[in-house]
Amino acid sequence: MAAQPIADNLVTTGPEGPCLVGGRRKSDGRIVFPMPTGTEGENFEPVPISRRGTLWSYTVQRFRPKSPPYNGADDDRSFKPFALGYVELPGQVIVETRITTDDPSKLKIGMPMEFTLAEFPRASGDTVLTYAFAPKA
Amino acid sequence: MSDVHIVGAGIHPFGRHDDKTGLDQGVFAVREALADAGLEWKDMQFAFGGSSAAGNADAMLPHLGLTGVQFINVANGCATGGSALLSGYWAIKSGEFDVGIVTGFDKHPRGAFNPDPESWGLPKWYGETGMMLTTQFFAMKIMRYMGLYGVTPMTLARVAEKAFENGAKTPHSWRKQPVDAETILNSQMVSDPLTKFMFCSPAEGGAALVLMSDRKMRELGLKGPRILGAAVRTRVNGSFEVFSPSLDVERGPSPTEIASKAAYEMAGVSPKDIDVAQIQDTESGAEIMHMAENGLCAHGEQEKLIAEGATRIGGALPINTDGGCLACGEPIGASGLRQVYENVQQLRGRSGERQVEGARIGYSQVYGAPGLSAVAILGA
Repeated sequence: MAAQPIADNLVTTGPEGPCLVGGRRKSDGRIVFPMPTGTEGENFEPVPISRRGTLWSYTVQRFRPKSPPYNGADDDRSFKPFALGYVELPGQVIVETRITTDDPSKLKIGMPMEFTLAEFPRASGDTVLTYAFAPKA
Repeated sequence: MSDVHIVGAGIHPFGRHDDKTGLDQGVFAVREALADAGLEWKDMQFAFGGSSAAGNADAMLPHLGLTGVQFINVANGCATGGSALLSGYWAIKSGEFDVGIVTGFDKHPRGAFNPDPESWGLPKWYGETGMMLTTQFFAMKIMRYMGLYGVTPMTLARVAEKAFENGAKTPHSWRKQPVDAETILNSQMVSDPLTKFMFCSPAEGGAALVLMSDRKMRELGLKGPRILGAAVRTRVNGSFEVFSPSLDVERGPSPTEIASKAAYEMAGVSPKDIDVAQIQDTESGAEIMHMAENGLCAHGEQEKLIAEGATRIGGALPINTDGGCLACGEPIGASGLRQVYENVQQLRGRSGERQVEGARIGYSQVYGAPGLSAVAILGA
């Protein structure tokens, strides 16, 4: 069976393919991510978020985060540093995301980025899909 | 309305103290502050105290004396100490009380914090996938700032170098060993662009300040710096804060910018009048950005100012003269009060080797998650 998304209502299929689900506040149109749940969710409607944006900021996570809350299948020795950052989706929202790249030293603020799905192996043994952005080729 | 003075200041050295509880360190600081003012615990009409990880602050009462004093526990994240000070300040300024104490202590486990997503109202996947670390937030905030304003990694290293240099001159500091900028720059990368020596660590310590009305101070013949202005502000839309899965495209001011502006207005002074400043330096980048957010320089000026040594003791604007969080560590309940303690010592000319000559106006700012800032301006 293909890997399933790490959470419900996180990703959807928009006009241009897979993308994130944001919440648009009914009162003023402000977009937030992720789509709020529970009582707060009643004030928002789900909307697909743009697949393309620009890199707003970034860093590289160099050590294995503490578990919990981190739930990766790796351990301190097998952990591989990963990049993460914020991507601005013009006119919508700036989202925090993992960044898929072989070479974080090539990341530059303002560079074009594109949505992607990434496999995330969990400590529990299953592999789920999480979202990421990658520098646009 | 009454003017409010700080007539006593006490501190338990920051660092690691395996033989003492956080509470012990708080009690020590309170006794030091009382002795400094020449007062006794029974003279206190109120107390505001905070601790994040070392128990309830009011557990100090059996040690200090069960006098029936109203003791209010304060919890406001990393700005707990600053918030305790504000609470005491308002209590006296209102005219309700003449004398009281504000205090804080803490004792944290080693290493980075590991927060629970749900207690922050965040989805579980945010923590599971490794995006819930305060270190990442600090790194991404300064990474963007460096891109916008041309701040270089060497400037980040110089901030930490200056912190350890000042820490070496400070009796209450934790890190007393100078470290040169090259070593800091080449130490282990934690979260780009920040290396291991550019981050402060959770620690232990206690601090306390005795506050008094102008009238009472004259009656008792005491002296102490006056609180010219003080303000706490929380985040507004468009501010960039820790643990934010998304941000508004339309950017806004930080809580530090609005708290700072309010405190300057209350005090009737401008950034040019500040002789010495203690500002939140959770990591090197925070000190750089907070210089501008507190109005102490324009955005982008830091690169030149720091290269010239302006923020060192003896420079045009000495910052974090006791080594700040970088050299003292960050026991949450006590950290904001340590800054004010340091300004009190500076304004009283009691800072020895680290004394800023002729300091008359001292500024302090403590910042904490999930987005609040507390500022206090003192006049000699």
